[in-house]
Order: sequence, then C-alpha cells, then structure tokens
Amino acid sequence: MARVLGTSIKRREDPALITGRGKYTDDLKAEGMAHAAIVRSPYAHARIRGIDTSGAEALPGVLAVLTARDVAAAGIPGVVPVGWLLPDLKTPAHPMIAADTVRHVGDAVAVVVAEDRYLARDAADRVAVDYEPLDAVADVVAALEDGAPAVHEEAPGNVAFDWEIGEREPVDTAFASAAHTVELDLRNNRLIPHAIEPRAVLASFDSSTGEMTIHMTSQNPHVHRLLMTLASLGMPEHKVRIVAPEVGGGFGSKIHHYADEAIVGLCSMKLDRPVKWTATRTETNLTDAHGRDHSTRCALALDADGRITGLRVDTAAAMGAYLSTFAPAVPTYLYGTLMSGQYDIPAIHCHVTGVFTHTAPVDAYRGAGRPEATYVVERLMHLAGEATGLGPVEVRRRNFVSPDAFPYQTQVALAYDSGNYGPAMDRALEMIGYDDLRSQQASRRDNGGKQIGIGFSSYIEACGLAPSAVVGSLGAQAGQWESADVRVHPTASVTVYTGSSSHGQGHETTFSQIVADKLGIDPEAVEVIHGDTDLVQFGMGTYGSRSAAVGGSAIVKSVEKIIEKGKKIAAHLLEASAEDLEYEDGSFRVAGSPDRALALGDVALQAYLAHNYPDDLEPGLSATSFYDPANFTYPFGTHVCVVEVDTETGSIDLLRYAAVDDVGNVINPMIVDGQLHGGLAQGIGQALWENAVYDESGQLVSGSLMDYAVPKIHNLIPFELDRTTTPCPHNPLGVKGVGEAGAIASPAAVVNAVVDALAPYGISHIDMPLTPEKVWRAVNA
Amino acid sequence: MYPAQFDYRRAGSVDEALSLLQENEDAKLMAGGHSLIPMMKLRLAQPPVVIDIGRLDELKGISEANGSVRVGSLTTHADIAASDVLAAHCPVLAEAAGHIGDAQVRNRGTIGGNIAHADPGSDIPPVLVLLGASVHLQSPSGTRSVAAGDFFQDLLMTDVGEDEILTHVEAPALGAGTGAAYLKFEHPASGYAVVGAAAAVTVQGGRCTGAGLVVGGVSATPTTVDVSSLVGTDLSDDAIAAAASGLDAEDPIGDIFASGDYRVHVGKVYGKRALAAARDRA
Repeated sequence: MARVLGTSIKRREDPALITGRGKYTDDLKAEGMAHAAIVRSPYAHARIRGIDTSGAEALPGVLAVLTARDVAAAGIPGVVPVGWLLPDLKTPAHPMIAADTVRHVGDAVAVVVAEDRYLARDAADRVAVDYEPLDAVADVVAALEDGAPAVHEEAPGNVAFDWEIGEREPVDTAFASAAHTVELDLRNNRLIPHAIEPRAVLASFDSSTGEMTIHMTSQNPHVHRLLMTLASLGMPEHKVRIVAPEVGGGFGSKIHHYADEAIVGLCSMKLDRPVKWTATRTETNLTDAHGRDHSTRCALALDADGRITGLRVDTAAAMGAYLSTFAPAVPTYLYGTLMSGQYDIPAIHCHVTGVFTHTAPVDAYRGAGRPEATYVVERLMHLAGEATGLGPVEVRRRNFVSPDAFPYQTQVALAYDSGNYGPAMDRALEMIGYDDLRSQQASRRDNGGKQIGIGFSSYIEACGLAPSAVVGSLGAQAGQWESADVRVHPTASVTVYTGSSSHGQGHETTFSQIVADKLGIDPEAVEVIHGDTDLVQFGMGTYGSRSAAVGGSAIVKSVEKIIEKGKKIAAHLLEASAEDLEYEDGSFRVAGSPDRALALGDVALQAYLAHNYPDDLEPGLSATSFYDPANFTYPFGTHVCVVEVDTETGSIDLLRYAAVDDVGNVINPMIVDGQLHGGLAQGIGQALWENAVYDESGQLVSGSLMDYAVPKIHNLIPFELDRTTTPCPHNPLGVKGVGEAGAIASPAAVVNAVVDALAPYGISHIDMPLTPEKVWRAVNA
Repeated sequence: MYPAQFDYRRAGSVDEALSLLQENEDAKLMAGGHSLIPMMKLRLAQPPVVIDIGRLDELKGISEANGSVRVGSLTTHADIAASDVLAAHCPVLAEAAGHIGDAQVRNRGTIGGNIAHADPGSDIPPVLVLLGASVHLQSPSGTRSVAAGDFFQDLLMTDVGEDEILTHVEAPALGAGTGAAYLKFEHPASGYAVVGAAAAVTVQGGRCTGAGLVVGGVSATPTTVDVSSLVGTDLSDDAIAAAASGLDAEDPIGDIFASGDYRVHVGKVYGKRALAAARDRA
C-alpha cells in the first residue's frame, strides 16, 4: 500500500459541489414550510416605545408576528449567551429579541412568519416600531471617553473587561535602560467575514414528539445545540437535533450562536410548522459577528546590539453591543499570549480593555486574535529594523528563539513546543531574490516614479484550540478536546464519525487519508460523517485551525484502539498471544512467523460473526476517543511581500508574495496550499481593501459589497509557496494546522512593504486598509 | 434581497414597448437588468410594472456607415468590447466597454441600459461625451437625438422622457491621425470607476490639431476638460500635464473610499495619462 499521508489526492467533496448538487441549508425544503423575515432596528441605539404589528398581521398569508413579549410569554430563557468567560467579565443579557432597548443597527425587534419569503418581507415592512433614538457610540476609542453613551448600564464606562498578561515592572525597567525604542499607535480595522453562503436555518418542530430538527449553517452543531437549548429555547438537549448540511464557508462567523437561529426555532415551536430563514447579504453584514477592531498603543525596547529587552502593548478591543460566543477569548487568550512572536523577549506586558460599542458584536474571524498580535509584533519589528539600522532581516534573525531553546517558555503563558525559525526566513529570502530586489529598489529611489517596497512578517500562531490545561489555567473555564468514533464494518470498510464539522476544509478527504494510512487501506474505503448531532457523538467543531491537530488526533487514537482490539481478535483466531501480534500494511501478523497472518477484512468479519470468543473479548470493531491536546500547536513561517506604490495616486500593486510556512507534517499538500491561498487573500484584503465603517451615529456605511471590498481574483497575484517541516512533538500526526496562517501573517507583510517603499518620504506607519487616498495623503503630508 | 411585488410584461417590438409604457404609469424598461434588478432587490426601486425589452433584436447590433458608428441600445458590453467594427473605427468605445464589471456582467449588461441608468461611475458616458456621440430616442410622437453632452443631466438623471425608448447611439469614427484612450481607476468593491478618463488627440505633421479630455466619476455627470491649449503643440509631457490639470469640479463626489478632493486629483493624473496614451496611439 502506497503512503497516502502527504499526497495531494483530489477532494472527494468537490464533484457534488462543482456540479451544483451540494445541498446547503437554503436548498432544503420541508412539508408545510413557512418563511421568516426579521424586523431589525434602523438605529444604533434607541428605546422601543411600542410596536404595532397589526398592519403585518392583516396581510393574507402572514402566520405570525412575534416580539419580545412572545418570547417572555413562551416561558423560555430567551437569551443569547457568551460561551467563554474571563475573570470579572461584565455579562449583560443579550435578549433573543430586543425588549425595550436596541443596541446596534440590525438588532432584532420582531419576526414575521408568512407562507412565502416575499410576503414575509412585505409584512416585515409593515411592522411599525416606535423608537426613541438615543445617542450612540460606534468607535472603540470614543466609547471609552468620559460621558460616552452607555451601551449597558451594567458596564460603567462601556468596559466589558480589563485584562492583562505578563508583568509591567520588568518592562518599565527595560524601557528605562533601552538603547533604542520604537512605538506605534495603530488601528486594526474591523472586518466583516463574508462567507459566500449567508447564515440560514430551517427549524422543524413536531409537537407530536416534542422534537425539533434544526438544519443550519454551523461550524459546531453540538455547541450550537447546547447554547440553543440551554440558554435560548429551554428545550431538553436530547429533543433537539442540529444538522449542518453543506456549509459555504464560515471563517469563524458560523461558530457563534446568534439570536436569529433561536428566533426561527421559537417560530417553529409556536406554529408547529417548519420555518426557514436565510439572511440577505445586508443582514449578513449587519449581524454576522465582525472581526478585529482594535486600537493599540505599543512599544518595543532594544539594547545597543538590537536585542529586544521589552515589549509593551495596550489595546482597546471592541466587543460590539453584546458579548458573542467566543468574543472575550479573542483579544485575550488568543492575542496577549502571542506577543512574544518568534522572538526571545525577556519582558512583556499586554493590557487589554474590552469595550462595548453600539455595533454588531465582534468575535472570532479567521485568525482570531493572532493576526492582531502578529500585526503588533511585526510592525514593531519593522520599525526596530529601521531604528537600529540592522534592517528587517537582521533584527529578526538576531532575536529569533534559538532552535536549541525549545521547549521555550514565553513571558505570556505559552510554552512553544518546537520551532526552527531561521531556515524559513532563509528560504523566503532565497525565493524572493532579496539582494537583487534591494538593488532594484535603490535604483527606483534614484530615478523617482513608482517605488517598490519589501515587507516581512515572521509570524507564529497558536492553534489546535484549545488545550484545556493551558486555557483553563488562565481562567477560561473551558477547554477543547475533540471526539472521534471509528467503526470498522464487517467487510473492512470504515466509517468515521468526527466531532469536527467541515464547512469547506475538505475533512472528508484528509480524515480518510489519516485512517487509510494508519490501517493500510484505500482512502476510498473510508467514509467520514460529520455535522449532525443525532449521528455523531458530542464534538467541539471546526475553528482555530484545530481539525487536523485535535480532530485528526482523536481519529488516530481511535484507530490505535481498533488495532489493539484487532490484535486480540487475531490472536484468538490464530491461537497466538496478542503481545506477539503486529499490524502492518493491513494485516495482523505474528512476529517472526510471516505466514501466520490475517488481513484486516478477516479480522473485521470475525469481529461481527463472533460465537466462540473468550469471556474477556467483546465482539465488534469500533472505538470512540476524546482527545484533549497537551498544548497548542505552533505553526510559524516567514512571508515576504513586494509592492509597487504609485506615489502620484497612492495606489498599490502587489508584485510578489512569497510564503514559507511550517505547519508540521502535511496530510494533503493541495489542501494545505488552498488554505494558504484563501488565508492570504483575506489577510491581503484586510491590509489593502476591507474595512467595516460605522459613522458617528452608528450606521454601517460599508454595509454592501458595493462599498466593502472583498478581494477578487483579479486583485491578487500568484502566490509563491514553500514549506519547512518541524513536526509537532505532542500529537500523533505531527501536524499543526494551517487554516489561519495566511490571514495571520499577511497583513503585516503587506503594510511593512508599503511603508518600506515610502521610507524616503519619512512615512513610518499608515493604518489599514491602505487605500490609495490614505497613501497619497501620507506621501503629500 | 426580495423585491416588492411587480408585474412583468415582455415587449415583442419597440412599438409594443412604447404602448406598454403609455399604459402603465411608473413602469420601468428593463434591458439587461443589471442596474434595475439590484435596485429592486434593495427596494430602492419599486416599479409596479417591469417592461422587458431584452429580446428586441431590432435594437441590437453595431454598424459603420458614412464615417460614423452606430450601436444599438441592446448591444451588450461584451459585444461592444469584442467588435471588429469598433476596433477599426472607434476602438476607445470598445476599450471602455471591456472595463465594465466582469464577464458575466458584460454578457448581460447593455449600452442602452448603462447610459439610461447614468451611474456617475459608469465607463461609457465619458467616452460618448468625448466622441461627441448622439443618443437616439423614440416615442409615440417620433424620434429625436440628443448630444451625449446634454443627455447626462445629473446623478442617475438623463434626458430620456417617460414615454421614450433609447434606440441607439451614434458616434463619429476616429479619423486618421487620431488616437484615443480610456483609463480607469477602479473602485475595489463595486468595480465602478472612481475616475475614468477618456482622451483623444489628433496629430498632423507632428503637431496637435485637436484634443479632448472627458473625466467620469468626479462629478454627477462627465466633466469636460478644456485642453485646447494642446492644439499647435507637439504634445510634450509637460504640455499634457498642464492641460489635464485644468480639471475642475465644483461639487465633486466623495465616499468612504475616495473623497471629492482626491477624485479631482486622480482625475488630473488619469487625464494626463489618458492624453499621453492617446498621443502614443495617434
């Protein structure tokens, strides 16, 4: 059997998706299905004086109009909870439907259910809500100012939490004696995730059984079921089935539990009919949890040799109007803990204030905290290269954690298990032809005209969310394992039930490769089932680049159990001792007696035909495992971006983008490359184009794709990819995760490149996105 | 994205379309539907009746006769961009059409629908104004034509009357010694022109004998720049830059991507570059 791990077999998911046969939530139809439209606040902050639903109810075909009053009358918990806690976190209630106050444009105030979706929309326009508009604050810095409008009474000063990591005093000492210091005020721009498939739900309640099946756009159906039943609908968990059919991208936005899905569930319960709702693109933009939105002051201290002595970071992180599922964890456990980057930094202090604003909630979006941390560290490293005169390459190299220093304990809780940072940078320099580029840059500078710049980002990420021991010790009150049930059928084909939940990543392909490799069978003999709470044991789902490292490891654990069990069965059949059996290339063999062997198929068949087993041997050949990682995994790499800046207009052209990533062992190189491509597109998008903009009254002015620039294929260039391989030492596959790497590394690489191009103009920073006008104004300042 | 209820009528001829327009108050004509339908989905437009003229073959096609080109209003951007007739006689119009949207949009969208919608970021209007094209309209009372420069009246407003259908545009073919170019500064989200500069110059015996520059995107309607100072010059870079810097707009358009001041600045830069490209093609 040829090895299947590390080979680019084609994605088995694609034939159905490419030919349009994939079934997404909105494709599903149920007998008697009605349609919901949600009435949303047009104000960022207002008191609801009254709601008149009679105009909507009068339309023929309208089945129900529900408001907060109906939620209360239903006697259900009726709230949308936050899932991750911090010490002293303010947790004001987030009602499913706003009762007396709306807190962002798009906040749900009522829902209309009608026989068709056009009618539902017409009726929604006839729900008359009497608002008393109140002052709003959308900006994260303005929300912290004295006298800013309060988002929640329970959170004075709009502070949701005040969190720190590392120690302040050693950092102050380092700055006091520094030979060089660099500092930066920066904004990390707010992003809208923009999964191509909008959120959608089809809830089907059946009063005769008291059961409800909910098909929805979910990255983690079991977590959605838990939050939906416990906090929103108050149904017994075993009476609710959540199914994620094909899911068209998530990037984090489909992790979270939203009001809308719970509202549609309530509608189905009230009407005893299936009810469907699919977000319009406008609703998606107004209500999907956004990403990033930080304001940060940061500084780096270095000694005379250019070695970092201290790092200080102070961040205000927007939470939006309510705390979304993961929200408090993102700018803390996934941000402050990453501040050491690839560098040996003896003193770090990071202080983060979580801030309520009258906007859509902010939560995990591809990278979640780690792009923000990388941006801080790598922008400072660029400035440090300038301030010390060492340049961007040498200042990084001089500060890399030495390859013999692993495991390396950072000053911000994380212990890096493995790494070797120099070779990835060397390879990137070689690919890009660094010295030649620098001479081209010099001649452009002499001749004027369009300038070129070279930007670096040597990033680290912590993925494989999340080792319970590590995050638990920081006060998270939650950790994350993953589950796998692997069943070998009598004919030796295999079904895997995984708790992770693919929404485009190709788990069916890669997980079948893992099983095929470990059992020595054809990947085509392995089926992978995911995304259904009735079929699959409790699982945590897919996010945080965790599915291979955590979900894949759970599968390996189950396969190992199956091999052990198979050895016992084979030993019984071969009249040998189980200790003498080994498993290789799909066969159980007695060591030293090569002719005494049984193929997996023989053992599997006998596992189910068993009639003469000894008392201590159970029939069957399957195993369930729950795998809790010992640590995060720590992918790293160096990305180099080359840009050309038209100083006359400020517009930027990408010329080159080289990425050398170390994601540990690779299961399917094609899928890994694809993940990098997508992540790079989104990270470059953040750097150059994407920006969620609220005006002072809290209106989302970039609320459509006419104003919010998602990167398109013609905006990008072919990426030059390569890898180094440093296997993860603490999981059985040696894999680390790759889903977010591109989005984490690239914003800093792009901005550093533009700033490098504009160095002759005395420009040291421009906030993202680097729109032509901003660049032009900086050049002409 | 669900439009309000509307009735749909499909016209089998221009005459039928004209009578449907008369019979149905506030009806909207639909050609390729690429401007109207998005407005209806956002409920910014809620016409009670949509009259589909998309299948009227009599309004499609590109031809050249007597030194002018004629483009039917239902001709798609893709057909204009790929037209041999235009490549020979008026390549700048094809060049501009090739910048519109993406392949799918160009396959559905039409020149008539485009200019009747009159988006300030559209690529076609500045080119038509530059060329001195005429827009031809038909109503129950007859036909008339209007100069492109007068056709575009304000943001999303044109000279088309409520009872009229836009049938075709006509533009003079570019003569020998004339070069023209359209350069676009594209909005990264919408794909519309933040600035679109259309320029033409005629050169005889090494001297400029005629020059034009029209810039779209800066104002509600295409802005004509007086570049007559180029006539008689050898079209040096300095002369071109000086001429293009004459772009002026009283109330330039601004949005979160590009302010009015910045648009005017980019208009001057792109005007200069478009003139230089036109010179190099003359």
